[in-house]
Amino acid sequence: MNIGVLALQGDFEEHAAVLRSLGVDPVLVTRPEQLESLHGLVIPGGESTTMTRLIRVEGLEAPLRQLKERGVPVFGTCAGIILMARALAEPDDRVITFGFLDIVVARNAYGRQRESFETTLQVQGIGAVKAVFIRAPRVVQVGTEVEVLAEHEGDPVLVRQGPFLGATFHPEVVPTLEIHQLFLDLVRSSAPIG
Amino acid sequence: MAILTGTLKTKIGLAQMLKGGVIMDVTNPEQAKIAEEAGAVAVMALERVPADIRKQGGVARMADPEIILKIMDAVSIPVMAKVRIGHFVEAQILEALGVDFIDESEVLTPADEEHHIDKHQFKVPFVCGARNLGEALRRIAEGAALIRTKGEAGTGNIVEAVRHMRLIQKEIRELQSRRPDELFAEAKRLQAPLELVQYVAEHGKLPVPNFAAGGIATPADAALMMQLGAESVFVGSGIFKSENPLKRAKAIVEAVTYYNDPKKLAEISRGLGEAMPGIDVSKLKEEELLQTRGW
Repeated sequence: MNIGVLALQGDFEEHAAVLRSLGVDPVLVTRPEQLESLHGLVIPGGESTTMTRLIRVEGLEAPLRQLKERGVPVFGTCAGIILMARALAEPDDRVITFGFLDIVVARNAYGRQRESFETTLQVQGIGAVKAVFIRAPRVVQVGTEVEVLAEHEGDPVLVRQGPFLGATFHPEVVPTLEIHQLFLDLVRSSAPIG
Repeated sequence: MAILTGTLKTKIGLAQMLKGGVIMDVTNPEQAKIAEEAGAVAVMALERVPADIRKQGGVARMADPEIILKIMDAVSIPVMAKVRIGHFVEAQILEALGVDFIDESEVLTPADEEHHIDKHQFKVPFVCGARNLGEALRRIAEGAALIRTKGEAGTGNIVEAVRHMRLIQKEIRELQSRRPDELFAEAKRLQAPLELVQYVAEHGKLPVPNFAAGGIATPADAALMMQLGAESVFVGSGIFKSENPLKRAKAIVEAVTYYNDPKKLAEISRGLGEAMPGIDVSKLKEEELLQTRGW
């Protein structure tokens, strides 16, 4: 199984470590051609403005958009779910949105770093999972096709739409394996792997 | 469900989000916007960059909250600010302002020549400088969520950052080669807590991210520090003391992502204009060194 982790900036090593402990050796993606043969892609946490600039400068925008048409599963955490959203609550051309998920997100919506928090979530089909939220975005609007798999105080924090999975928290930081396992199951079920 | 803020996981977590990035010193909202546009992962809000602190002398203190708040308003990325070593009230003020990361920094004039800040008392994470492993582990024991090399700030000269990064990495490798029953004496020699010494011996790395700072002026400098094991870089005077700050800032951001790709680095490094004028660190007098501050 050929899984990539977008490695332009952020905690891509933490994602790679979780994937390795689940038996997958991921490709660290920094160049457009690396996206062509993937069965799945993880977009890590980090700064969405920094990732946006590198995506634009390095010619990654078009091949990332094509993942949607090709139906390649994508899993984004924090900055990752921002890039996967349909739109930002406050439009901002510093941040690119690919529309993998029919959601609207607000950046840094829980406050500044001192408001970053840890809690335990109830995740559908999994149960209790520890979660760390760091300068997290808030999902403020959810389309009818989107399934909410976990909530925190009424806000969706883990959502799925077809082969696309997004979390506003960081399973790779705790680290917990369950959410990445859920993503790998999505990859296995969505495409024949030759 | 219980909601906990200011935990070690949230603090180290933010440091992890800054990995593979560039943190840039800025002294006003305009510079902060340029830094964000260039792709900085965070900005360090200051009154004067280290090169000017070095030139002008006098007591260097925490920046005016007015400047920090204006910079916080100007950008969406995390904002850091510096406090004097041991000055826990400056840190309380920065926490009250909502600054995202506090740098207890040797670049400012120390307020305490014996004690660093007890960083466990804060919800905001701290970064501290270190020249060697013992110093890094003492800062982590005090609650630092991120370590950076000290280098020699404001010189545009990478030599000290290289020295500090190489030494820390070498000391980590040496600990890994020790028998468990030798780690007690190692803890004594390093003047660091045993549990942290044992962690490093087992994992081959610090328990928090390890960034580079102090003298980075070019994309090649940034890539050098990354190849030596840094996980991100701080650039102080190197950007806004250069001829074309936006272009240089963009180039350093790309160099940190593609640090292992010489062809790409060659492309990135072309036509950036003059770098900041540098200082030969060996010509500095002992009392002019910033790196010897901190204990």
